[in-house]
Amino acid sequence: MTAALLDACLALCLPLLAWLVLRTESLSQSVVLFVAMGLLSALAWARLDAPDISLVEAAVGTGLTGALLMHTLSWTDERPPDVAARARHRPWAVVAMAALTGMLGWAVLSLPSDDPGLTREVDAHLAESGVEHPVTAVLLNYRGYDTLLEIAVLLVAVLGARAVNPRSERTTPEPSRDPLTGELFRMMTPALLLVAGYLVWVGEHGPGGAFQAGAILAGGGVVALLTTRLGTPRMSSWRVRWALLTGPLLFIGAAVAPLFSGRALLEYREAQAGTVIFVVELALTVSIAMVLWMFFPGMRPARAERSGKEPS
Amino acid sequence: MSLWDGVCAVFMVAGAFFCLAGTVGVLRFPDVYCRLHALTKVDNLGLGLVVVGLALQSGSWATALELLLVWLFVLISSAFTCQLIARAALRRGAAPWTGRREP
Repeated sequence: MTAALLDACLALCLPLLAWLVLRTESLSQSVVLFVAMGLLSALAWARLDAPDISLVEAAVGTGLTGALLMHTLSWTDERPPDVAARARHRPWAVVAMAALTGMLGWAVLSLPSDDPGLTREVDAHLAESGVEHPVTAVLLNYRGYDTLLEIAVLLVAVLGARAVNPRSERTTPEPSRDPLTGELFRMMTPALLLVAGYLVWVGEHGPGGAFQAGAILAGGGVVALLTTRLGTPRMSSWRVRWALLTGPLLFIGAAVAPLFSGRALLEYREAQAGTVIFVVELALTVSIAMVLWMFFPGMRPARAERSGKEPS
Repeated sequence: MSLWDGVCAVFMVAGAFFCLAGTVGVLRFPDVYCRLHALTKVDNLGLGLVVVGLALQSGSWATALELLLVWLFVLISSAFTCQLIARAALRRGAAPWTGRREP
């Protein structure tokens, strides 16, 4: 009963928040609403028994994206969107949205309702995968090439992000040394490192893994960017390049190695699978943290310097 | 329902009440500083009471400790965000409410 109430509340609130995000006139409000929507959808994933996705949604979809949007907002001069132009496009937007919603709804409804999918196969071979958590087994063993390609996509994405915003100046120290933010960084860093390490380790037998841990580390990195004198990592630095490439290179190595002994790509030996997966995850954590961290632009460009007060 | 459950329920209902009071405060208070007060103090008390209720109900030390850690982290982050937001508001010139009705 209580669970049904909670689910109904989530199902009502999520579309409402989505609508408010699109509808609100002020950019800062829509960012805040977007973050709230992300948190609720993390809750929705948790209710759907998908704690792995819930963690990623909370860390990447809400935490990092929210910080990125907020930071970008401080670069822009907020102007209310052109309502007239919006209204002109509205009928077509409504038609397109209705079509898309209809297609998605049809796709969902046409799925067999009580089909376990590949759950049985995954469970049957879990003992051979080297890990005990089915999600990790799927991501890094059964469908390892998906994850491998995903990492490649992330690398390309970070190149794009850096090309758009190559600035990496160190923030100028504030005239009065700020006790608050420095203290926040000092207090949170040990906890962040602990949580990230725990998430990599726990991925072997529970919800967690490289993406979640990397996102947490990147979150700590963003706090460091905002509160300390540390500048955004430079692509020109060899250390940064190695940090970006460690995960993918090690993963490719682990994927290709079985080919030399006559097995298929990514077909780890059963006895070593657990170790290989753990080492690859550890390296991926570093790379993913670096990628996500480098999405965050450093200083605000001088021309977008905000003058005067916030229009209220 | 044992006495123990009753005690947990009292804690959680009290927590829910404080959360509700904090939310009403955020919606009704006159300026950003008062709202921050409602958001970061009353809600933390509410969360703490809910956490205590849940920890008593959880039946294992590990879970209880995890719940208390959640509260601790929320306390730390809300203490910092409260100060940061208040300072940002002050720098942007948001005038504190003085108790007089606006003309």
